[in-house]
Order: sequence, then structure tokens, then C-alpha cells
Amino acid sequence: MIAIIDYGVGNLFSLKSSLKMIGAEVEVTSDPAVIRKAEKLLLPGVGAFEDAARKLSESGLREVILEEVKAGKPILGICLGMQMLFEKSFEYGEHQGLGLLKGSVVPMEGVIPAELKIPHIGWNALHFVKQGRLFRYVKENECVYFVHSFYATGCEESLLATAEYGAELTAAVEKGNIMGCQFHPEKSGDVGLRILKAFCEKEDA
Amino acid sequence: MITKRIIPCLDVRNGRVVKGTNFEGLTDVSSPVELAKFYSENGADELVFYDITASFEGRQLFTDILLEVASTIFIPLTVGGGINTVEDFDRVLKCGADKVSVNSGAIRNPDLVREAARKYGDQCVVLSADIKRVDGQFRVFAKGGREDTGMEAISWIKRCVDMGAGEIVVNSIDTDGVKKGFDLEMLQAVTDAVSVPVIASGGAGCVQDFIDLFHSNPKVDAGLAASVFHFGEIRIPDLKKELKKENIIVRV
Repeated sequence: MIAIIDYGVGNLFSLKSSLKMIGAEVEVTSDPAVIRKAEKLLLPGVGAFEDAARKLSESGLREVILEEVKAGKPILGICLGMQMLFEKSFEYGEHQGLGLLKGSVVPMEGVIPAELKIPHIGWNALHFVKQGRLFRYVKENECVYFVHSFYATGCEESLLATAEYGAELTAAVEKGNIMGCQFHPEKSGDVGLRILKAFCEKEDA
Repeated sequence: MITKRIIPCLDVRNGRVVKGTNFEGLTDVSSPVELAKFYSENGADELVFYDITASFEGRQLFTDILLEVASTIFIPLTVGGGINTVEDFDRVLKCGADKVSVNSGAIRNPDLVREAARKYGDQCVVLSADIKRVDGQFRVFAKGGREDTGMEAISWIKRCVDMGAGEIVVNSIDTDGVKKGFDLEMLQAVTDAVSVPVIASGGAGCVQDFIDLFHSNPKVDAGLAASVFHFGEIRIPDLKKELKKENIIVRV
């Protein structure tokens, strides 16, 4: 069973539907017992980093996630959920993340040319940096759907793919059992479903 | 680089798509779910659903359809029609919509844009503006293009962007249904004024119209159309092939 961690940020309808579509057994939960029982974890998230980090701490789920992931349980962070995997974020101040991956989250503003619109919204092509589990069914240059204003940096050790938007922005990360996509696989059509399938299937598949 | 988006728009009345035609492999042309699936599998980058029913039953039906679409189709969905309150945003977002488009509801109550943007984020709020030239001025029309509000369109759009509208659909009443191309002059005026994504609507008749649109104004992010797609006059995979040949970046 895959647990979608529900900590009160964002709408999980599409994510849940997309996992059902690929035949995964899925539970949307805020129950630590379910999270501990799950084979894999999905950490979603939309909105502001500070708010999401606070909700994750207040729900008591932060510690549970850290324990499970450090014990080797696979986790996939999506969008803000991916950003939460890093040490810290500089989105309106400085906030602490889960610290599972080395790196931090910074504004695009000032990094990309001024004529490019922020947020970075739309379909953009993936450029692979290394081989990983997440993209085993995806080809270089296939497009996925992004909606974000901040991006992860200093994450060379986990960097899996980038997307070009005035600069090479972190699109996906993977380090052992810890994975993340800045884009929304649940809104990226067939490509997105293939990424979710790669994450969800059994390790020996 | 980010791709230019091609967006079919589905008008839904009493649970059925208003315009429809026969596509190979499509058994029920006026089923919103079937048509949405067809477009999603054939290169549409996003779908817009407009609820053009007024009745309570029609609205319920629309919500059910949306749930079904969002359970089976995994590309961005924008929903509009009858969005007058923050509760309306909530209703369609819970059914799997990613963005919500406001038009007359924002004209009646401009604070709706601000309130919705604060609650759901700018990226979620789409301002749809029906615009027509009156006395040499771009004028905003309400109620599906039937009523002249007297408001100048560019200042209205700027005001909504300032309040948090994250994307603008520019629907030119002057070119709508004429099929002689998008309203390039009107679109230029809008992209000169705001920096959020702009979606062109009204006037597409052939592939060349999309090429002209993206070549003439690189700041336009997307082209939206209904009947040329529904009647099969333009097939999206063919359109994208032609755009690509013209060095316009699209998702193929």
C-alpha cells in the first residue's frame, strides 16, 4: 500500500485518482500507524513552504516520516512536497525542511531572465542528469507539467533531471530511497503516470 | 523551454457538450468524459470546461461530470461558468479542477479575484474577459458577451492581475466565430499591459491562424478553440506537427 500523506495542504483528489489509475493500492492518511505500515510514502504539497512545514510538524507526522525514510522506506515528494525534503527554504524568510536531502529551496526571481514569467507554469521538457528509478519508463525531452516559483539548489548529489526555463532548474531528485519531482506527475498525462508507476512498483520489478 | 499550449474548450449544458462531431473511435461525441479523454490522448495540453447551464440540476450534473473527468484524465483542467463566490471555487476545485475561470462573477464582484487568489494562490485564478471594440475602445462585455459593461478592457485586466489573477483568457467577440484568425491587435494590447500568461481565444479557423498567433506575438502562451477542434477541422496532432515545423515549441 502507498500512503499519500495528508497534512492539510492541497487537494489530493487527482493524485489519488492517478495512483488508482495505474492500479496501485493507495490510502490518503494522516494516521502514523498507516504511514508506518505503508510500503511507500507520497508527500504532496501546494502553497507556502512555511505553512506546510508548520502543518507537518504540528500534525506530528514529521518525526514519523523521518524515522520511516531513514529506515529505508521509499518516499516521493511532489512539488512543495519535494521542496520539503531539503534542509531549508528561503521562501519569504528561512525555514527548516525535513533535511533528508542536501540542498535548499530558493526563489527563481533574479536567477531567470526578467522577461520570463513567474510562476513557471506549463509543460516543459525533462533533461536527465543521471539514470534513476523514477525515469525508467521516461525518455529524455518528454514534457511534464510544472507550477512553481521556487526551486531547489545545491542538490548536486541527488539531482536527477532539470528543466530549462532561463536557467536549468531542478526538476527531479533521487538518492537511494528518497525521490522528488518539482512538477506534478498527476497532471503530466501519460508521462506522469509512467513516473508514478516506476515509483509504485515493487523493488524487484 | 516552456511549450506553447493548445487548449480545447468544452461548453457543457445539461451534462452534454454543446458542439460535437464524429471522431474515429469516439462513440458519444457529446459526452464530456469521452471527448475529454479523446483530446487528452490526442495532444491537448489542457482542457477548459465551461458550465453553461443555469439550473440547479444542471450544475449538479456538471459537478458529477467533472469528478469523472478528473478521475480518468491527468492533464490540467480549468473550469468556468457560474463562478460567483469563493464557495464556487471550492466546489469545482474539490472535483479535481486545477484552475478556475471567472468572468461575469468578477465583474459583479471584483473582490472575488482577490479573495480567491489569497485562498488558493494566483496560479489558480484565471480571468476570462469577453472583449469587443466599441467606439474605438476595447470594451469588456458581461453575460456571455451580451452586455456592454462600459469598462475599458485593458485597465480591467490590469486591475484583475493586480488583485491576483494568474492567467488571462482574452476572448475577442469581434473575431469569435469568424474563423479568420485570432485578434492579434487585441492580444498585443493585453500582452503589452500584463506579465501573466495570456491565452488567445476567438477566431481560429485553420492551422495557419495558430502559426500566425505565436509568430506575431511570442508573449502569447496558449491558443484556445472549441468548434474547429470539436468539428474535426483541426486535429491537434497535425496542428502541433505544423507548429513544430515553424520552430514553435510544443509538447509532442
